[in-house]
Amino acid sequence: MASKQVLDIDYTKYSFHDSDESYQYKFPRGLSREVVEHISRIKKEPDWMLQFRLRSYDHFMKRPLPTWGGDLTTLKFDEMLYYASSTEKKSRSWDDVPPYIKETFDKLGIPEAERKFLGGVGAQYESEVVYHSLRDDLSKKGVIFTDTDTALREYPEIFKQHFGTVVPPEDNKFAALNSAVWSGGSFIYIPEGVSVDVPLQAYFRINTQNMGQFERTLIIADKNSRIHYIEGCTAPIYSTDSLHSAVVEIIAKPGAHVRYTTIQNWSNDVYNLVTKRAYAYANATVEWVDGNLGSKLTMKYPSIYLLGPGAKGEILSVAFAGKKQHQDAGGKIVHLAPNTTSRITSKSISKDGGRTTYRGLLHVAKGATGVKSTVRCDALLMDEYSRTDTYPYNEINEDDATITHEATVGKIGEDQLFYLMSRGLSEQEALSMIVMGFMEPFTKELPMEYAIELNRLIQMEMAGSVG
Amino acid sequence: MPTTLEIKDLHVSIESKQILKGVNLKVSQGEIHGIMGPNGSGKSTLANTLMGHPKYRVDSGDILVNGESMVGMTPDVRAKKGLFLAFQYPLEISGVPLAQFLRSAYRAVKGEQKSETKGVGGEMISALAFKKKLEEKLKEVEMDPAFAKRYLNEGFSGGEKKRAEILQMAILEPAIAIMDETDSGLDIDAVRKVSEVISKMTGPKMGVLLITHYQRILQYIKPQFVHIMVDGRIFKSGGPELAQMLEERGYEWIEREAVPTAS
Repeated sequence: MASKQVLDIDYTKYSFHDSDESYQYKFPRGLSREVVEHISRIKKEPDWMLQFRLRSYDHFMKRPLPTWGGDLTTLKFDEMLYYASSTEKKSRSWDDVPPYIKETFDKLGIPEAERKFLGGVGAQYESEVVYHSLRDDLSKKGVIFTDTDTALREYPEIFKQHFGTVVPPEDNKFAALNSAVWSGGSFIYIPEGVSVDVPLQAYFRINTQNMGQFERTLIIADKNSRIHYIEGCTAPIYSTDSLHSAVVEIIAKPGAHVRYTTIQNWSNDVYNLVTKRAYAYANATVEWVDGNLGSKLTMKYPSIYLLGPGAKGEILSVAFAGKKQHQDAGGKIVHLAPNTTSRITSKSISKDGGRTTYRGLLHVAKGATGVKSTVRCDALLMDEYSRTDTYPYNEINEDDATITHEATVGKIGEDQLFYLMSRGLSEQEALSMIVMGFMEPFTKELPMEYAIELNRLIQMEMAGSVG
Repeated sequence: MPTTLEIKDLHVSIESKQILKGVNLKVSQGEIHGIMGPNGSGKSTLANTLMGHPKYRVDSGDILVNGESMVGMTPDVRAKKGLFLAFQYPLEISGVPLAQFLRSAYRAVKGEQKSETKGVGGEMISALAFKKKLEEKLKEVEMDPAFAKRYLNEGFSGGEKKRAEILQMAILEPAIAIMDETDSGLDIDAVRKVSEVISKMTGPKMGVLLITHYQRILQYIKPQFVHIMVDGRIFKSGGPELAQMLEERGYEWIEREAVPTAS
């Protein structure tokens, strides 16, 4: 057990923000071909990347908004800021990070967390990564953990070979947008047979009003390697909307094991529209552990393509929707090879009129024999004003597939509350305990420090729910 | 001074149906009271009302702990005042390990008591000290230590649930424990075992209100006082011989006798 709670911080502090007057680059609001070209120019990118961005921009402009999912009509693309950079260079030493940014991440507990239990840390502030570090022994083994812009410059071959192969720009409107204006994110390469025993972590922070954050993460786990990556995200609260639209690509080569853990606690004015997809080759395992709190609207369906025999995919997600929030989340598993297995576990909590949606796809392709899959969705409704929906889609093209699907919707019963309260717990403590128990299958998968943080966030969300 | 629970002319209804029609009873720390009665006589209503279940409405009368009225107080406040209810049907709380739940309950109940009597320890029990205490109590109620890690009542058998209730009681050390049909749904061996465990816990520090339909549990836990409840009232009070009489003659004679007073 951790001697001290690493992320023991006052969560009201998430809502501070710094002055953006002194930023080195801050673009006019709105998106145009010029903006895309300008971003590429600032980053001194090779021509192929500029062409990739422009192709993506063209697709974004002609692709209509999705007509399903949450309400996107209030999203004002013209008012967004597509690139902002506060500092010219990235630091490898915490001491070199500009003081005001350092203070931000200090408040969020990042450097302390790194010292205690992480193998490497990246911190992104607006569009650019401001800090990156990796434990020496890991870099000696050939592990690469850097920001995505640096990776494009320093590892051009491996980068170009994999970038955009899992999520092409044409996949969806927001993948196209990200591909046009992407900046920052993490790039990870784990060499064959290397096992990284401690998590690598990145932290993403939006500071400016109407900011769009478009990080791009690419993880390549070579044969029989092992990696656990964690990301955390926050933003201060503004009265106008911000947009977080990331793309995450994972390539798990034969026998590799990749776990990707996300805990997002965006303020409730952020649109969180993220495309996450993984390729799992023969006998590889990919696990998405995805916790969604906060935001105005989240649309996120981590997916796993099981491409080789014996590959395994697991998606474990939790969504918490409070007042005026819509969490439209779920998962996609595509079985494209024989003897592949998958499991989706979705837990959602709706409260104070919040709305959760589970949207899932399970696809078993012709020829993918011996598939086993389990889907389980549990929803908890805290009151009668809140809402939950389940949209599971199954496309099964092989007769011998073993598929189980289970969905439950629960409410907290008066008798359960009475029982816990009769043991001295207040109504709020009793409610929190039931909710945390409900989420336990998720929480137990998190590193201790994150489990503590998540439980604390839930307790905060639950506060004020009584009376 | 010993803690007393005093029930005064208690009238209770549920969804506008009157169930309790004037119950009077006094239980002090160190005493064991048995309440017997036929099905539907209001025994469980009494238990739930004493602990503050929101479904039960107190129409008139009072529930006093050391002279302080509990009517309108939430169940957690009552727990802190020293009341405990062993449930007839304990609820399952998924994802909450028994040990974690017990520690939260212990802190909630004991923390308050300590702050009231300043200077007694004052500090919260450490995780290690609590673990030790829990191990002792698990042994006392003859529960496998593995239960500590299991989710609260989830997948427990009937007997295990009842035993877990007694474990909770042993940890929280209430001044007055109300046991609602702790013997129901158990076979004879299980009743004997649970009763033995309860017997170990009784003594000068705990008052017990033992609610039961059957006389059998009273063979193991000897009450000084036995009350017979019929149609929402205490119909007859006496000593252990009353339970014996019920065993021999059943409830029918009582119900026949009770008719005139109930009308």
